[in-house]
Amino acid sequence: MTADPHPALELSGITAGYERRAPVLRDVSLTVHGSEAVGLLGPSGCGKSTLAKVAALLHRPYAGTVRLGGEPARGWRHRAPRAQRTAVGVVFQQPRLAADPRLTLAALIAEPLRATGRGREATERVRELADAVGLGGDLLDRRPHEVSDGQLQRACVARALVLRPRVLVCDEMTAMLDASTTAALVTVVEDYRQRSGAALLAVGHDRTLLERWCDRTVELAGAGGGTDGEEVRSAPRAPADTSAG
Amino acid sequence: MSQDTATTDGTRRPLLRVRELTVRFGMRHGRRIAAVSDVSFDLAAGECLALVGESGCGKSVLASALLGLLPANARTDGSALLYGPGQGTGLDLLAADEATLARTVRGRRVGLVPQSPAAHLTPVRTVRSQLAETVRELTGARGRELAAVTRAAAERAAFPVDHLDRYPHQLSGGLAQRAATALALVGDAPLLLADEPTTGLDRDLVERTVDELRAHTDDGRGLLLITHDLAAAERVADRVAVMYAGRVVELADAGDFFGEPGPRHPYARGLLAALPERAFTPIPGMPPELDALPDGCAFAPRCTRASAECARLPAAEEGVACHHPVTGARPAVGRREGSEGSKV
Repeated sequence: MTADPHPALELSGITAGYERRAPVLRDVSLTVHGSEAVGLLGPSGCGKSTLAKVAALLHRPYAGTVRLGGEPARGWRHRAPRAQRTAVGVVFQQPRLAADPRLTLAALIAEPLRATGRGREATERVRELADAVGLGGDLLDRRPHEVSDGQLQRACVARALVLRPRVLVCDEMTAMLDASTTAALVTVVEDYRQRSGAALLAVGHDRTLLERWCDRTVELAGAGGGTDGEEVRSAPRAPADTSAG
Repeated sequence: MSQDTATTDGTRRPLLRVRELTVRFGMRHGRRIAAVSDVSFDLAAGECLALVGESGCGKSVLASALLGLLPANARTDGSALLYGPGQGTGLDLLAADEATLARTVRGRRVGLVPQSPAAHLTPVRTVRSQLAETVRELTGARGRELAAVTRAAAERAAFPVDHLDRYPHQLSGGLAQRAATALALVGDAPLLLADEPTTGLDRDLVERTVDELRAHTDDGRGLLLITHDLAAAERVADRVAVMYAGRVVELADAGDFFGEPGPRHPYARGLLAALPERAFTPIPGMPPELDALPDGCAFAPRCTRASAECARLPAAEEGVACHHPVTGARPAVGRREGSEGSKV
C-alpha cells in the first residue's frame, strides 16, 4: 500500500448541501491515505454526514473533486462507475434505516456481491464475515425485525466489508450502540483496515471514541461559522494511543 | 428528603418500589420471550437511578411495563408500587386498570421523556399547539391562562418561547428533546421516566439534556434514566442498576460503580472496560436470546470467572447477582495507558 503514491481518498474544495444558495459545506478539503484512520469530528448540523456521503459517492457536491486512489470520481450514486462505487464501503448510523427489512441477515450481507454479479462467492464470504462480526447461531437466517440494533449493525458492517473496499466510511457507526458492541465493531473495522491497508474515514461527535480509534482527528466547524474557505483543523492521535498493532 | 416520604417506622418510603417485576411475551409457536425477570429496586424522591445495559436487554420493556404500555401478548408478574401523598399502600402500576393509568397516572404521576423526541411529537402540529393541548388536559387551564401556562411550561424545560410556533421538523435534535421534556413536565409528575433520552444527540447536547433532567430531580422528583450511555449515567446518576438479559445483575452507588472500587459483577466490569476512555476492549460474544435463556447465570458463557456453580441462578446479595463477584480494588484505573487490549 505504501507503494501507491496517491491517497486512497482525497476531497478537495468540496462545497455541498441541499440548497444551492445555502450549502452546508464550503470549500472543505480532506485527505485520507491508505492504511490511515481519520476521525471527522463536529457538532450536529455541521455537515459531517454530508461530507461522508460525498466521500462515499452518495451525494453530488456543488463544487470540488473527490479522488479515489488518484482517480477523480466520475459519477454519483447509481451513476458512479462500478469500480469506484465498489471501492468504498459505508456504514450508517441507523442500521434499521439502512437495511432492507425483507432480507435475512445473510442475504443482507451478500447483497453487494449479488448486485455486482459475484453471487457465487456469497456463501463463503458471508460465513467468513459472520464469524468476524460475531453473528452466530441462527441469526443469519433472521430478518431485521427479529434482531437487536447491535446485531443488525454487525450485519451492516459485514455488508460494508463484503466487497473488500479500499476506503471505508463509517458515519456515526456506533451512536446507537452500547459500549461493548461499540468496542467490538471498532475491533472488526480495525482488523480489516490492518489486514487490507484500507483507508478509514470515521465520522462522529464522540471525541473520546474517535481520538482513541483513529490515527488523527479533524474538526469540522459549525455551519453558521465562516462563509469563506472553511479549513478542517487537524489533530494527531491522543498520546496514549501510539500503539500500532 | 421531605417529611411525607417517611413512614411511621422511620424507614424512608420510596417514590417507586418495584419488586420481582417479570415480563413475558407469548409468541407464535409457543415461543416465550423472557424480557424482564425478577427486577427489584426502589427509587426515592430527589434521586436518579440509571438503568444501563446493552440494547435488547429489556430496559425499555421495563419502562413500558411501568406505564402500562405493553402490547396485549405481554404478561407481567410482581409489583411496582407508586407512592404519593395520602396513599399509604401505594398504587400498583402493574395491576392498575387502563382507566386509572390514563386518567391519573400517565403525565400526572409519571412523566415520560421519550426516546427519539422527533417521533414522539406530532409532525403536523406546532409545539405550541401540542403543549397547549397537554396543559389543557392536565391542568384545565383555558383562554389567557392557557396561553400563559403553556409559555411557562416551555420555559421550564428551557424551550425557547419564540420557537413555539415551529413544527417538529423545524427543530434541532436538542430543541425537539426539550419540547418532549416540556410535555413530560406539564403534569408536575413526581416520577420522571426517561427512556434513552439522549440517543443520537451529540455530546454537548447529551450533557445538557441529562443536566436538565438532573435539575428536575433536584427539585424533588424521582428520575429513572434508562440509557446505554454510560458517560451520561455517570454524569447524573445517584445509583446505577445494570441489566443483563432481563435481570438486574448489579445495583450500586454511582460513585462506587464508576470510581473506586468499581463494579463487582463481571459483566458490569466488562461494560465499563469497553469504554474508549478505559480499555476499549469488548466483552467477547453476544448476549443470549431472550427466548432461550440458560437456567443458570445468563452471562456465564461470556464470563472469564464462570465455574460449574454458575449453572445455578445466582441470588442477588448486597446488590450483586453473581457467584464470583469481583472484590477489592479495581486493577489500575489508568488502563488506557497500556492499550494492550484494544488490538486483538
